[in-house]
Amino acid sequence: MQTTINHQTKMLQETDLDKNLLDFLREDLDFTGTKRGCGIGTCGACTVLVNNVPTRSCRKQVKDIVDKEVLTVEGLSNADGSLHLLQQAFIDCGAVQCGFCTPGMILTAYAFLLTNPHPTRAQIRSAIRGNLCRCTGYQQIVDAIWKYATRT
Amino acid sequence: MSTTAFCFRNDALSKVTGKAKYADDLKFHNMLHAVPVYTDFVHAKINHIDTTAAEQSKGVVKVITWKDVLGKLQYGQIEQDYCLFAHDKIRFHGDVIALVIATTREQAINASKKVTLDATPLPLILDTEEAMQTNSPLVHESKKSNVVNHHKIRRGNIEKGFQESSVVIEKSFTTQFIEHSYLEPESALCNPRSDGVMEVYGSMQHPFSTRRFTAALLAMPLSDVEVFHLTMGGGFGGKDDTAAIVCARTALAAKLTGKPVKMTYDREWSIRESYKRHPYKVAYKMGVTKSGKINAVECRIVADAGAYLSVTPWVTWRSTVQCCGPYEVPNVHCDAFGVHTNHNFTGAMRGFGSPQMNFVIEQMVEMAAEKLGLSEIEFREKNRVRQGSTTITEQKLDQHTVSMGEVLQKVVHEIEYDKKRTQCSFGKSDTNELYGIGLAMSYRGMSLGAEGFDFCSAIINGQWDGSILLEVAQHENGQGCESAMMLILADALGIDRRRIRYRRASTSNIPDGGTTVASRATLMGGGAITIAAQNLKTLMANTLADVLHCKADEVHFANDCLWNADKTSKLTWSEAMQHMMRKQTYPYAFGVFQAPQVSWDEETGKGNAYFTWVYGCQAVELSVHKKTGKVKLLNYVAAHDVGKAINPPMLLGQFYGGITQGIGYALFESLDVKNGKIISDNFNRYHLPRATDIPDITGIIVENADPLSPSKAKGIGEPALELAAPAIANAIYHATGKRYFDLPIRVNDGE
Repeated sequence: MQTTINHQTKMLQETDLDKNLLDFLREDLDFTGTKRGCGIGTCGACTVLVNNVPTRSCRKQVKDIVDKEVLTVEGLSNADGSLHLLQQAFIDCGAVQCGFCTPGMILTAYAFLLTNPHPTRAQIRSAIRGNLCRCTGYQQIVDAIWKYATRT
Repeated sequence: MSTTAFCFRNDALSKVTGKAKYADDLKFHNMLHAVPVYTDFVHAKINHIDTTAAEQSKGVVKVITWKDVLGKLQYGQIEQDYCLFAHDKIRFHGDVIALVIATTREQAINASKKVTLDATPLPLILDTEEAMQTNSPLVHESKKSNVVNHHKIRRGNIEKGFQESSVVIEKSFTTQFIEHSYLEPESALCNPRSDGVMEVYGSMQHPFSTRRFTAALLAMPLSDVEVFHLTMGGGFGGKDDTAAIVCARTALAAKLTGKPVKMTYDREWSIRESYKRHPYKVAYKMGVTKSGKINAVECRIVADAGAYLSVTPWVTWRSTVQCCGPYEVPNVHCDAFGVHTNHNFTGAMRGFGSPQMNFVIEQMVEMAAEKLGLSEIEFREKNRVRQGSTTITEQKLDQHTVSMGEVLQKVVHEIEYDKKRTQCSFGKSDTNELYGIGLAMSYRGMSLGAEGFDFCSAIINGQWDGSILLEVAQHENGQGCESAMMLILADALGIDRRRIRYRRASTSNIPDGGTTVASRATLMGGGAITIAAQNLKTLMANTLADVLHCKADEVHFANDCLWNADKTSKLTWSEAMQHMMRKQTYPYAFGVFQAPQVSWDEETGKGNAYFTWVYGCQAVELSVHKKTGKVKLLNYVAAHDVGKAINPPMLLGQFYGGITQGIGYALFESLDVKNGKIISDNFNRYHLPRATDIPDITGIIVENADPLSPSKAKGIGEPALELAAPAIANAIYHATGKRYFDLPIRVNDGE
């Protein structure tokens, strides 16, 4: 059995299948960029993409990603280490404060923009409503997503 | 809508790539895991704690109770009334009776369910009024009363003040328990180092109280505990006491097992155990003269302190000092009480006693204005403090620019308040939507005031190649303080910011600068840097004057170089450092900023409570659905005098974030507590504002350089939060014709 995580194939053992996906990513694979904020899927800090769909990894198990493509925040940068322009937009617009919501927020935005490349600000707000942020008040996050969308 | 310009933020790159390491991201070899054990009781006498079954559980290495504590058991920032492991009584539902340490976290959690407690329930003390009575059962038998503090103001003659008033308004208000809701739960990782030092890594706002608590619990000297403050996922005042307590317990586990131990809280544990914002009951009476002057204010403030004292006396003290808002009031009679109950203990939360009072005051002034037939803006203009005003605690406001009028007018103008005020529905509309605009303003004393020791230090450590290490005794919670410190240093030394490496100091290499709260980081940390920079420049000028062929007082620092007066000689920083080395002089400077003197007389309620003040005003436009009562925020404008804007995009980030928390306070957030137990124990039941709940906000930065702040900057963290609730309450009144005196505001349908 296998899965693909951040463009790399990963072989899975039987004993992996029932593991909590978030724990598997953080503890077994050292992808600590994905965070646990609530453990029940309401805050969005654990968001990863599974076949480009934002998914609450704290509510999933490893069996749910067999033969699927998983993207965590660590997989977003380019192969040469340079930033994805969406990450750069987050930096430029002041969208990052404590940073705990940031990985989940960026992945949610990334997935949204794949199918909605020219959103309104209101549509951006709707797209990220599942991702809680306690620091920024969301405005500069919306600015960053908007800036990326209007620049590309 | 223009987006903020390119933002400087030293840690943004590590955060957008997921590389930033928070406490739970760290792993040590052979690390064990600890979990806390709670009980079903809210108030009970402890008879026996049985850990036998837990100790025998798979993977368990040790179970710790109060018996295993090596040093002190009791803690607190003011009075040490909180047992880190419950000993004689359970006083609230989040009291911890044991810590289970096991090889895996899952094993520890399984074992924790096997710890049993034999306890005798005691009557629940949940109502503050009842708890204040002399015949009430006591939360702490060693204290004579559940009343923990009584602050007063006695100014003028209150009876005469009301007699002279043509209009007297009296109202009672209540506010709710608030959960800080930092997205990163409490987390600590402790490592017993081979040289005997206990290393503490964690998420905390006050590494020095963490060190103090840990050293006392483990009976170790302060020099043998080293606390490393890591990247933190938010604090907002909530990662002071409880964060230090979590670290201290984890350190005890590491000491007793001889191994590294990690403890990360589930969200439910965090909500269950951590302290909250104080719910207030406020009875407020205001008398105004025919000419529209506030003549008398009488208020009685009762704060639910919960089970332990924490910083309740300081929170209620700020409420007392600021109990009349930014207005001149000649006759004031204020009593503020903190009262123990069996609820979660309450403590610091962004605002620290001001959000509650502003919700009261900024509605009272509008009610008074309305009774007199004056506009609420005119009423505020008549009564507000101005340059040279004396506050209700007899402090003359003449050491800084009193910009209350300026920020008020800027908001009124930007949001077109006067025009939109005429369009308010007051309950009548042809459509289903009622429209309202509302405003609130405040002043706020900066930093700790007369609460405590208020000083901070900074270290500038120049390296021989011209690069510079900077350390400051204030801590990055996520607000951007490290970046602000770097910008202040770059400005002070006239250097390229990229020359600076900000280094997070441990508690072993920088003195205690106090906690990062009270919106004091830029003010106090920035002050220390400015002074350290001055010290460094003096040292370098004295040492290098001959190399620059000039006198020491002619050396100046600009454009990333050192120059003589007519710019005929110059040194780059790496050249300057090389010369310093040859002269065996370290380019190293230590700077201390001591907050100017403040004063307070507890009996009379008089004193220069805070050394400087900030002025803020916020306004909101909203609609209320006639049938459902649903409130939709349409527009928001805020103006704050920050002294000097160090990092404008991050400053605006504080505006937006603080306002959003204020909106949560006004409309969304309330901890549901029944019989002392928190029902809303996660974010599915405790509702935080989401991106669709917040309108675009316009932030107006006002800069009146503060003469008492070495960097000229004041602060923004708390001012940004403390105005949304009254602005929204006033707007809802203007929309519906109904006022709300309890938080959060729930607009009833069809009134």
